[in-house]
Amino acid sequence: MRHVIALLIENESGALSRVSGLFSARGYNIESLTVAPTEDASLSRMTIVTTGSDDIIEQITKQLNKLVDVVKVVDISESAHIERELMLIKVRATGKDREEMKRMADIFRGRIIDATDSSYVIELTGNQTKLDSFIGAIDTTLILETVRSGIVGIGRGDRILKL
Amino acid sequence: MVLTGAEIVIRCLQEEKVDYVFGYPGGAVLFIYDALFQQEKVRHVLVRHEQAAIHAADAYARSTESVGVALVTSGPGATNAVTGIATAYCDSIPMVIISGQVPTAAIGQDAFQEVDTVGITRPCVKHNFLVKDVADIASTIKKAFHLAKTGRPGPVLVDIPKDVSAQRAEYHYPKSVEMRSYNPVVKGHQGQIKKALKLLLEAKRPMIYTGGGVILSDAAKPLTKLVRKLGMPITNTLMGLGGYPATDKQYLGMPGMHGTYEANMSMHFSDVLLAIGARFDDRVIGDPNHFAAEPRKIIHIDIDPSSISKRVKVDVPIVGDVKDVLEELIRLLDENTQKQDTDALATWWKQIDEWRSRDCMKYKNSDEIIKPQYVIEKLWEVTGGEAFITSDVGQHQMWAAQYYKFDKPRRWLNSGGLGTMGVGMPYAMGAQLAHPDAQVACVTGEASIQMNIQELSTCKQFRLPIKICNLNNRYLGMVRQWQELFHGGRYAESYMDSLPDFAKLAESYGHIGIRVDRPGDVEGALREAFSRKKDLVFLDFQIDQTENVYPMVQGGKGLTEMILSAEDL
Repeated sequence: MRHVIALLIENESGALSRVSGLFSARGYNIESLTVAPTEDASLSRMTIVTTGSDDIIEQITKQLNKLVDVVKVVDISESAHIERELMLIKVRATGKDREEMKRMADIFRGRIIDATDSSYVIELTGNQTKLDSFIGAIDTTLILETVRSGIVGIGRGDRILKL
Repeated sequence: MVLTGAEIVIRCLQEEKVDYVFGYPGGAVLFIYDALFQQEKVRHVLVRHEQAAIHAADAYARSTESVGVALVTSGPGATNAVTGIATAYCDSIPMVIISGQVPTAAIGQDAFQEVDTVGITRPCVKHNFLVKDVADIASTIKKAFHLAKTGRPGPVLVDIPKDVSAQRAEYHYPKSVEMRSYNPVVKGHQGQIKKALKLLLEAKRPMIYTGGGVILSDAAKPLTKLVRKLGMPITNTLMGLGGYPATDKQYLGMPGMHGTYEANMSMHFSDVLLAIGARFDDRVIGDPNHFAAEPRKIIHIDIDPSSISKRVKVDVPIVGDVKDVLEELIRLLDENTQKQDTDALATWWKQIDEWRSRDCMKYKNSDEIIKPQYVIEKLWEVTGGEAFITSDVGQHQMWAAQYYKFDKPRRWLNSGGLGTMGVGMPYAMGAQLAHPDAQVACVTGEASIQMNIQELSTCKQFRLPIKICNLNNRYLGMVRQWQELFHGGRYAESYMDSLPDFAKLAESYGHIGIRVDRPGDVEGALREAFSRKKDLVFLDFQIDQTENVYPMVQGGKGLTEMILSAEDL
């Protein structure tokens, strides 16, 4: 099953490699991993998307908790939560494709943040499925470059991951 | 007080009451060695290879309740230390390793003797640090000791660049450590402990299975008390030997791959299994699916939540310090009014005694050729069961574990998790330094001993009167045994040719060497060795080349699928 694990970790050099090393050493999957400091610069927040059986997910959270630098671990996919991913996609935009691409960006509530006479860069946020759908909806031969941030996630309402 | 980084390191070790540092100097640690030289509280043991420094410090920790400390230089000093660190990590041994690093400005420049020590050791330490500011040395070392000995213990490495050890800072050693990210649970959950006790008292076929956690948490006394009160059978794993007295009637011997018939059968057919400071290792329960197929309730006490329900599903998990939880269990048992099912327990013991009557540890002794089991039995007799026994890895390790009856904790030192050949002699060095007046014997084989044979020199320099019992069968015995049983008798590279004359080799280092060829001479040689209180004696026993370790559960097989002796084949 797909799980979204959020964790707070001391913002120290090597912290990321402790987490990624744990996943590779124990053979766990990482679908995506994002990390950045929080409002408290001494803490980083990571969102890891992983897959595995319940037993494996239980081990993953236990092993993450065991890392000395890790302050808190929560499987936010266990309850109501929000996921967002950012995608920047550079597409060819000439002739009739130019208008069509603008229209598609509008439909997906994307924004064109760079334009030349032959290309657009479209910024798109949403959950994974939405970004996948956008790629599916446009003519893929027009895609010049894609970059995706990986998922960030947060619990809904009162579910708060903080010190 | 303003001190150099190097002086701060040594002051911290003094604060931690470190008696011995095991190490080997080199460029990146010269300032630290200079500071070490100018004081007398912390003594240094110069080994002949960094791997041995880590093993010896590890053994110092295993045989006492303290943290082992080692000091190595950058680059090859650190990489040589890695096997030792991984060995300690796999057995959860509290250690602090200080390594030198190239100067801060040279890091990442492929400098001479530079390796990414923090990167290389990351997967085999509990935690590690690179100290970039001299002002952080004291607080980092304080944290290192705190991390090493609390929670599930383990080795912690502190990497110090050479320039940092030369710079100056105000020295202050913190009294305590606050880490928001690290708060191991010590007290077990009351409700869970009560549930566990209820299950135990209702059990018809209870079994207690304990591991290294009992030794590490110094819980042998409360364990013994509890087990006697409950009257239940108990087994100690390879790492847990001495946790419960082996000569006691409730003790069933070691479980697992080379465990006793009665211990394995009782583990498997129990209806309530109490696991304490153990981790259902593959060498203990064999195939986890085969093990899980027999229905039973499992209670698991462990300080590390990730050890619980890792290989087998646990019904009553109790996270906490083993000693703490056991004392609480005893307290609740004393207050308890629920009746224990003693009739069922008596029936269960009858079944166990029947399994016991198979006498699975019997072996055919010989007047012609020395049997390894016989050597260990005699070693036990001659030392009155009181010695610190270290072993290397292989057949001799299993024979030592099976035939030396450990009645006390911390007397059996071996590499249980990583299975590192070459630990035996350095382990004996560490144990002897920690217990200068005790009998210390290293049970080894002609292959293992050669992996750190250079330490005979260290033993001479520090006058360590250890007794080396070399069970010499001219084979990598355990490899040969598997090849005989599972690889059609094709002995690929498992013979040991061109061996030295070990007695003469020991003599060349200034020790005493005795070669023993006949069974009749075994006891005399052992008595002679242990009567020499000041000398290292190397006993080179020429043993039966074809002897195998039984009982045996083949790797991947179920715990009850045992080969009891060669006749079973």
